[in-house]
Order: sequence, then C-alpha cells, then structure tokens
Amino acid sequence: MTPAVAFQKTSRHFGAVRAVDAVDLEIKPGEFFAMLGPSGSGKTTCLRLIAGFEQPTSGSISIFGERAEGVPPYRRNVNTVFQDYALFPHLNVLDNVAYGLMVKGVGKDERHRAAEDALKLVQLPGYGGRKPSQLSGGQRQRVALARALVNKPKVLLLDEPLGALDLKLRESMQEELKQLQKALGITFVFVTHDQGEALSMADRVAVFNDGRIMQVGAPEEIYQRPASRFVADFVGSSNVLPPDFVQRYAGQHRWGSLRPEQIRVRSDTSGDGVAARVVSRHYLGAATKLSLDANGLRLHATLPSGTAVPEDGAHVMLTFNRDQLHLMEEQA
Amino acid sequence: MRSDRSQSAPTGLKIAAAAGLAFLHLPILLIFVYAFTTEEKSYQWPPPGFTTQWFAVTWGRADVWQALGLSVQVAAISTGIALVLGTLCAAAVSQTRFFGREAISLLVILPIALPGIITGIALRSAFSLAEIPFSFWTIVLGHATFCVVVVYNNAVARFRRTSGSLIEASMDLGADGFQTFRHVILPNIGTALLAGGMLAFALSFDEVIVTTFTAGQQQTLPIWMLEELVRPRQRPVTNVVAMVVVLATLLPILAAYYLTREGDQIAGAGK
Repeated sequence: MTPAVAFQKTSRHFGAVRAVDAVDLEIKPGEFFAMLGPSGSGKTTCLRLIAGFEQPTSGSISIFGERAEGVPPYRRNVNTVFQDYALFPHLNVLDNVAYGLMVKGVGKDERHRAAEDALKLVQLPGYGGRKPSQLSGGQRQRVALARALVNKPKVLLLDEPLGALDLKLRESMQEELKQLQKALGITFVFVTHDQGEALSMADRVAVFNDGRIMQVGAPEEIYQRPASRFVADFVGSSNVLPPDFVQRYAGQHRWGSLRPEQIRVRSDTSGDGVAARVVSRHYLGAATKLSLDANGLRLHATLPSGTAVPEDGAHVMLTFNRDQLHLMEEQA
Repeated sequence: MRSDRSQSAPTGLKIAAAAGLAFLHLPILLIFVYAFTTEEKSYQWPPPGFTTQWFAVTWGRADVWQALGLSVQVAAISTGIALVLGTLCAAAVSQTRFFGREAISLLVILPIALPGIITGIALRSAFSLAEIPFSFWTIVLGHATFCVVVVYNNAVARFRRTSGSLIEASMDLGADGFQTFRHVILPNIGTALLAGGMLAFALSFDEVIVTTFTAGQQQTLPIWMLEELVRPRQRPVTNVVAMVVVLATLLPILAAYYLTREGDQIAGAGK
C-alpha cells in the first residue's frame, strides 16, 4: 500500500540548526497520526515540509507516491489548519471557507453551497455572514477546519489546533476531531506538545526530539514500552530507572522504565522491596501521586483513591511486578 | 485623583488652548480674507473693500493653470512610483528576515529625516555629475525620495499587523503568488496604501525646497506662488489659488486620517 506521506532520510537545516535531521517516516492512508515533542523538536518543521512551506535540505518526501520536493504549497492536495487559524479578516466566514474553491475558479453559487455544507460539517450552519472577529476561539477553529476540508484534501495537517482553547473546549474538540476523521476517512497529521492529547487521539504517535524521531508506535506501545529515557520522561512521567537499579531486579545492565501506577506502596517496612521515604503528596481526584526518595533515586507512584496514603516523610516499602519493569532499547 | 472626566479644565488652560489653536489657524483665515480684497498691490489691513473679481482673473491666467497642471502631474507620478516601491520594500522588510534588514529600514526612512535642502543639494549635484538635464523627471525623482518613505511607513505598519500565516494560508488553499496578492494582501493593506498615497500626493504637491534644486525652467504651483509674492500686481490671485488648494487638499487628508485611525498612525506626516 502506498503510504499517505513518506519521508526518506529527510533533513531540513537552517544554517547550523538541524531542525529536521535525517527523518524516516511513513504515515498510512486514513491514519490519525500525531507528531509529539517539545517546542523546537522539529515536529512543526516536519508538518511544514509536508505542506510545502519548507523544502528539504536533503532526502525526499512523497505524498501518496508522488514526489513533493519543489512542488509549491498551492499545487499540493494537502491543507493545513493553522495554529492561529489564519482566517482572512476581510472576508466573512462563508467566503473564508469558499476561498480554496474561489481561487480554483469554482462559480459563486456552487462554492457557497459547498462552503455551507462544510460549515454544517463543523456544526456552524448559518454562521456564513459573520466576520472572523465576531467569533469565539472555538468557532474560529471550526471555521479553519471547514476551510481546509472544503477542498477535500488527501492529507489534513493540524498545527497545534487546540493549543489556544480552554480545557473544556479542548476536550470536546478532541472528541469531535476524532469522529470527523473517522467519518471522512482523510489522513490527519496532527502536531502537538501535549502528550495526553497525542495519546488519546492518535492511531499512531511519533515522538520528536532534537529534529529526530525517537519512537513511532501506537499510543499504548509508546506509553507502556518507551524506547528511550527521553520518551519515558516526555510521554507521561514514567519512572526512569538507571542501569544499576535495573541490574538488581531484572539482571540486565540496561535503562528501564516503570509506570507510576505499577508501583505498590506498603507502610510495613519489613520484608522485601525498595525502601523509600515519602517526599510529597499530590491529590489528583481519582488518585494520589506520591513523590518518593529511594536512596537518592526519585520515583513517582500513584495510589488509587480509597487506599491509605502515607504521611509526608514516612518510611515505606515499594514493590512491583518484575514483568512490568520495561527494559528500554537505549543502551546503558 | 487621576482622571475625573466630568471635571472641566481650569479656565486658564482653556484660554491657553484656544490661543494655541487660534495661532495655528487664524493666519489661514487671513489668507482667505485677502482673496476678496480690493487692494491689489499690498496686503492692507483692514481690507479697503471686498470683491470676487479675483476668482475670474485667476481663472483667466494661463500661468496658474500651467503651474497647477505641472504640480498635479508631478504629484501623481511621484505617488505612483512611491506606491510600487514603498509597498515592495515594506513587504520585504516585514515578511522576510535577511542580513541588514534593520539597516535597510533605516536607509529608506532617512530621506524624510534629512532636511529637504540636503536632499535637494545632493540630488542636484548627482544630476549634474551624471549630466542629466533638469526636467519634469528630475522633479519627479526628487519628490519620489520622500514619497516612498510615507508609503513605506504606512504599509510596513499594516504588514506588521497582518499575520504572516495569512499568506501561507492562502497558498495552502491553492492560490498562487498573484492570486494571494490580489485576494489577501491587497485587501488587507489597501486602506494603508490609500492613506499613504494621499499623504505622499499632498507632500509632493506643496514641496518647495527639493523642487527648487531639481527643477529646470518649470514652475510647480508652490514655486509659482513664491515668485508671485514679489510681484506688485494682482496679488490676491495668489490668495485665491492658496484658498482653492487648501480646500482641495483638506478633504483627502481628512479621509486618510479616518481610514487609518484604527491602529496605526499616519507615520511621517511631519515633512
């Protein structure tokens, strides 16, 4: 099967800065793909390479089997939802949405009809006559989405589309985007620095750092079996265990990771386990998160609500199932 | 207490403000009054009598029409040049990053900061050096130096307020460079260009110093007025022309002010 987007040893350097450095990547057709990473990790540059706003310094990019190097943005069947939405302030909502069809020469009635349909799709029917400045952030976001979708792109690129929305709106938009993607069957490529967002929405996630992809996989895989210390640390606060520690419990001199919820905490300090002291407690509602100091090693454990929570400074014993100690690919 | 808006200002301040405004605008009214005087050899106060005959006299004078025509042509062409160059320059400076960008920005603005006499002398010696005869086009070039600045300043302020991602969004939606310019850039900077163009026109229209140095035998309207002041006959004709010019330029300037008052100020209006 031809991948929707394929990078082969693709690099984008800005002078000495290697924004994207020899990245290999294949995004499958119809996939909801997230690019996750801290700011400056190269994820947005990757998105701009697909959109055509950047050209690779070396390597190649193909979109549905067609080479994309040197093809300008306006000749790619790819559309973008911008981080700041980039709605045209001088046009009303309907003309904003119809813009792509207008420059392609579609007649007024036809393009307005298509734009009206697209607005229905994002649940803003009847908003066509308003100016972008009269809309709320969430509504602008939907207009930006409709403006991209009306062109029936093969790939839809979303650059931190939920970044400017408040938490509640963000959650409902996540849900909606996911359903929209399923209904339309378009390949979505989504850039975010929010690991929760990436894990909850995407079919697959690529974790970026320093212009490279650290790991690509399904959310469960990234979460349960991080390949490196960076991934373990960035994607959801896994405990990173140094090789000496891992040697003692798993018999191998490798870096390891352990999820906070997989650590059991016992107040009775006799018997087997890792002795630790409670440094602080954070009540999270459904669980309580403990910061622990195990002989200099900082660990986190989450206790489901309802279990007894030890006091600050209390000495406790930590135990875990050895199968759940994940050995990372990264060499010690 | 910092600002109580309902409280009225002290009487002294009111008088001072009124006096300041009177000082600025009464002389202009005086010009208007002398346009109707019956005394043609000197400006005598109070005017011995009032007449409207000077309007007919002015209408009949060929030199007035010639000077006016030249001024309008020079201003129109200088403004046209300024609109193209100023916009291109503003686009380059505000949309891209390159080495020496700040320096270029400064160099573009410099002609308006320099005294007109310097610009005038510099251009005159440059034209002589290059053996370019003084003509209509040397006047236009001289005026274009400061007209570009006015357009540039207005356009650059608007470009900075216009998000760069609008252009990318347009390209992303399938518009090529020309379509993006027509459908996105122009509508967004249009009023700024209109305001900048009007100011450029107005500046060029009443320019004296640079014109003196770059003109040959041609007389633009302001130069014609200066010469007319030293002649003893039909003095009120100058006043009639001045009055018409004031009224004809006031409207565009007001329009420019209203078009741009939301946000960016009319930069460089002080020349």
